[in-house]
Amino acid sequence: MNKIFEKGGKLYWLHSSVDAFETFLHVPGTVTLKGSHVRDAIDLKRLLILVVIAAAPAALFGMWNVGYQHGLAMGQTGVHILEYFWFGFLKVLPLYLVSYIVGLGIEFASSQIRGEEVSEGYLVSGFFIPLIVPVDIPLWMLAVAVAFAVIFGKEVFGGTGMNIWNPALLTRAFLFFSYPNYMSGSECWIAFKKGETAVADAFTGATPLALDGPAQYGTGFWDLFIGTVPGSVGETSVIAILLGAILLIWTGIASWKIMCGSVAGALLVGWIGNIAGITEIPFYMQLLYGGFAFGTVFMATDPVTSCQTECGKWIFGILIGMLCITVRLFNPGYAEGMMLAILLLNTFAPLIDHCVTSVHISRRAKKLKVA
Amino acid sequence: MSEIIVLKRGLDVPVKGSADLRVSKSMTPATVAVRPDGVKGLLPRLLVKEGDRVLCGSPVIADKKNPEILLTAPVSGTVKEIARGEKRKLLAVLIEADEKQEFVEFGAKDPAALSVEDVKTALLQSGLWPVLVQRPYGIIADPAAAPKGIFVSAFNSAPLAADTEFTLGNQVAFIQKGIDALAKIAPVHVSLDACVKDSAFARLTGCTLHRFQGKHPAGNVGVQISHISPICKGETVWTLPLHGLAAIGKLFATGRYNVRRLVAVTGPAAIEPSYVETVPGTPVKDLAPFYGNTPELDRFISGDMLSGANVGEAGYLGWKDDQITIIQEGTDKELLGWIRPLRFKQYSHDHSYFSWLTPWRKYDMNTNLHGGPRPFLMNDGYYAKVLPMDIYPVFLTKACLAGDIDKMEKFGIYEVLPEDLATCEFVDPSKIYIQDIIAKGIDLMLKEMA
Repeated sequence: MNKIFEKGGKLYWLHSSVDAFETFLHVPGTVTLKGSHVRDAIDLKRLLILVVIAAAPAALFGMWNVGYQHGLAMGQTGVHILEYFWFGFLKVLPLYLVSYIVGLGIEFASSQIRGEEVSEGYLVSGFFIPLIVPVDIPLWMLAVAVAFAVIFGKEVFGGTGMNIWNPALLTRAFLFFSYPNYMSGSECWIAFKKGETAVADAFTGATPLALDGPAQYGTGFWDLFIGTVPGSVGETSVIAILLGAILLIWTGIASWKIMCGSVAGALLVGWIGNIAGITEIPFYMQLLYGGFAFGTVFMATDPVTSCQTECGKWIFGILIGMLCITVRLFNPGYAEGMMLAILLLNTFAPLIDHCVTSVHISRRAKKLKVA
Repeated sequence: MSEIIVLKRGLDVPVKGSADLRVSKSMTPATVAVRPDGVKGLLPRLLVKEGDRVLCGSPVIADKKNPEILLTAPVSGTVKEIARGEKRKLLAVLIEADEKQEFVEFGAKDPAALSVEDVKTALLQSGLWPVLVQRPYGIIADPAAAPKGIFVSAFNSAPLAADTEFTLGNQVAFIQKGIDALAKIAPVHVSLDACVKDSAFARLTGCTLHRFQGKHPAGNVGVQISHISPICKGETVWTLPLHGLAAIGKLFATGRYNVRRLVAVTGPAAIEPSYVETVPGTPVKDLAPFYGNTPELDRFISGDMLSGANVGEAGYLGWKDDQITIIQEGTDKELLGWIRPLRFKQYSHDHSYFSWLTPWRKYDMNTNLHGGPRPFLMNDGYYAKVLPMDIYPVFLTKACLAGDIDKMEKFGIYEVLPEDLATCEFVDPSKIYIQDIIAKGIDLMLKEMA
């Protein structure tokens, strides 16, 4: 680092930002000071870039799908891979720019204020945010929501690693409650150019979840699995998300226990809904609708806001799955339960951990008495 | 023979530079340091002055609180210098060694015929008492305490650690004597490596033998205790290294204080790593043939690379250590290191790199932190994978950070010493100094419980 950025230098107040760019370019020559003299090559940058890579298939597919849905609305047929992708890319790029400029700006500023190194956490949050919002969301809304989520969801708690709620989901929740008109219905999920409207007959831009039961059922398994349906940018393609899930589980970054728990919980409530006659949707289809897959794989497994303990992860996952489908089944006004299920369980994760560790402590106490 | 206790969690750090099983040198250094620093909980009072003559076993430093606890000279010679630091803190007593070593004769004794008090007195007088570590907290053993057991690990699992079968396999008779003596105070437990066939130590009697199998820290006595007989609040146990047990045996067999031991000189930066026979307090500079002409680029660690002390080239072999590790300082910057997909030269236990494809490889590691310090991000399970204890490492560390005595107690501070969480620190992607946090937590406990 240049001397003027070091302590006592003229531009010392900028050292967090300079340091952030410097460590972005290369692994710094910092050596261990005490304790373990050698360290594993893994660091947060590496972990988090892997999460981004895991989410990349969903993002790339999402961009194509933005173009594809637009094409459908315009009455086009065919797959047009590059053309649709380019259309979607240009639509999603501004979302990314807003997400990163606003989020990282706040992150850098608050790191400077705290005098700490800039944490990489927002790399991932910033990548997720455009994937879980409707593609046509006005950019200023997104900017306000990102600012809210980063400041009140993260920085006030002390930055990355200290937050209670997943910042990306908090952005979505903020948008959902502040600007509901832009977050549901049948307009927002399709990207239009200025002055365009849907021309295709019988085209509905609503997500499958927002349709009535039988119509939902009508959306085919493969459409949902591959993801050629309207929805938030990155959430539609279950197969792209599964690719990410495999990478996350293999590298151990995301907990397979949370993912399995969430799927099990969803299947259970979906099945109960089936046999109780509440819904006609086959229980396995619940896994394909809406943000369930994306939430399960990328949002619920956020290591900061999920449960810490292994046993807690199961409870956390199962409750998310159950709660999500419960909201879907019993709240016709609000079709998507995943976001709120995860945010609610984020809130309760410390409580679950507390219960698990309390059991652990009393078990230990008993064991020690016997020993 | 007892059942094998298999520990599934743990991590063997694959690093280059293990010592060849040969003794390359037997030495008595020209100058030897007696340092109070290596004994936690000792308040040193100086008993000698410059120019005094000492024999091997003469008292040099006493404890202010328990004056009968002594540190004695490991060689005979003349006190050359008393090194002091800030606020006149006693750093070391430097003794110039004689060519011919003379010993204080304590008299050979048969442990079987001794009482508990006789054994304690013999250990205190000879200066071997400080080899006993009292848990919880890892402090010097209190002679008045009644420990529920004395635990010895007969093997090391730390990276590149000395092979006890090689260093002490021929001293089983002494070790047996040591066990006979300590068994007067409390039941002795010795843990063996289940992977070693025909261990020399399997023949020991008068103690309970346990067999452990697993990766590091399976050889840490703290981990072993937590599986044999966990420490409750209010209980104390004593531990000592195997070479300490041999030294105690020698005291009773020969009547002399003899702490000469085989020391493994190891590490990726060590030249022809092998064993030397020497005494604790040996200057690192005397091991010059083992390192190159640029010592300023190296780090010299007394102990293993996960939890040893950075003593520097001007430092000395620690009192309880039988290993010196030499590694390069990793001050080089690596362009776009974190994002390069392959990075074959780096080791990671994690699947984020590809070192899992080559499990047989040994790596040339240095002291680079490989990242910047961050708050805890990964959750407890990530760390628990390398800690074979019934403990939540992150919860315990956070309790220590918060200084919450009650929580620390509940999450098991009594059972651990910093070294037990060394593997957690090694794998930590947030690059937190976990061992330091635990050490500070233990200091807080000591202060509050005093």
